[in-house]
Amino acid sequence: MNKNSNLYQIIYAAVMVLIVGTVLAFIYMALKPKQDANIANDKRKQILSAVHLTPANDEVIEETFNKYIVAGYLLNKDGSIADSAQNVAFDIDMKNNVKLDERDLPLFKCKLDDGSIKFIVPVYGAGLWGPIWGYVAVDDNGSDVYGAFFSHEGETPGLGAEIEKPKFQDQFKGKKLFKDGEFKPISVLKVGKSPENGEDYVDAVTGGTITSTGVNNMLKDCLTPYQAFFNKLQNIEPSK
Amino acid sequence: MLSKRNKEAFFNPLSKDNPVLVQILGICSTLAVTAKLEPAIVMGISVIAVLAISNVVISLLRKTIPTSIRIIVQLVVVAALVIIVQQVLRAYAYDVSLQLSVFIGLIITNCILMGRLEAFALSNKPWPAFLDGIGNGLGYMIILVIVAFFRELLGSGTLLNYHVIPQWCYDHGYMDNGLMILPPMALITVGCIIWVHRSRNKDLQEK
Repeated sequence: MNKNSNLYQIIYAAVMVLIVGTVLAFIYMALKPKQDANIANDKRKQILSAVHLTPANDEVIEETFNKYIVAGYLLNKDGSIADSAQNVAFDIDMKNNVKLDERDLPLFKCKLDDGSIKFIVPVYGAGLWGPIWGYVAVDDNGSDVYGAFFSHEGETPGLGAEIEKPKFQDQFKGKKLFKDGEFKPISVLKVGKSPENGEDYVDAVTGGTITSTGVNNMLKDCLTPYQAFFNKLQNIEPSK
Repeated sequence: MLSKRNKEAFFNPLSKDNPVLVQILGICSTLAVTAKLEPAIVMGISVIAVLAISNVVISLLRKTIPTSIRIIVQLVVVAALVIIVQQVLRAYAYDVSLQLSVFIGLIITNCILMGRLEAFALSNKPWPAFLDGIGNGLGYMIILVIVAFFRELLGSGTLLNYHVIPQWCYDHGYMDNGLMILPPMALITVGCIIWVHRSRNKDLQEK
């Protein structure tokens, strides 16, 4: 058969694409469960690092998570619990949850070894090159930040990407969300600047101004909807 | 099995005909993934795998491929292999796949692949094509690892994420060079390697 005839070429291309497509689809289906498990475990790891817990190895991530994260909720805007079914908070994909007025408010409740309760709020925003996200853990007084974790998709290594380093994240510990009874989320400011409204602040990443501003806006946008919930926590006696 | 020609196909790309140093192919990923040693090694292994297998596949098909659509056929084969590598990494080395992000996908555009498929696999039997693929992949990986070694050491003070620069250096005022992490320094490092390489291989120097 003539190798350069149109018919041969078209059949050749069609058969090739068909074979390749089938093989790829098969591989995708075969590896999908393993990949989904990886993604879920990565999320668990991130949530745990907000409360300064690091699973010893990859096998115990789920175990550690289930041990410390005792509950997940969806909140109403007034701070009451809308849904507390298992995994309801974990299954929220923050990527699809950005519209301010109609977003779900997932929340994780964490009980540490010493019996203290922390609440973990997922945050999601925009950096310089792509999305940034994180988890902020707050004490059960509704104001003191216990820890924070941030990650990013593609911020500049060495500059904006420094938000995922402990040096940046450790600054958040002990900061307060409430000043004199007023809700003021933490700001991220260039070294040397002071906040406009007297809120607590942390130092921005040097050379990562836009990423730092992204973190700043992300904290404002994502923590403010929880204000009612934090308010409630302030008004009740700390649980023992 | 290892005739003189086959040996050449395997060993030449390691130095005399190195894809990065001499053929100046695959520079863009050399700049992108060499800030740390670990992604550089994984990238190197991935390129070796994709290059060797695609060389063999194209070499097996070489008598059937219509000349006028051969580039498309090559692209489809390479693209399929790259997607497989990406999926496998995501399933078995998730952390590394996050670090490499888009660059695994960009193996498709790595000039080394198309270059070797066109220049070698289309006109050679599978076994030499396989050796050629492994050789060129290794030649690429060696450069990646050398560049990543210096960039991670000088830029972050670590190797494979272990701190190797002792703390007392920092106490005495030593600082990691942030510029090393940025792509320009990768280009300059590659330039230095090419310089050393040419000064040792006089026959490669242009008149």
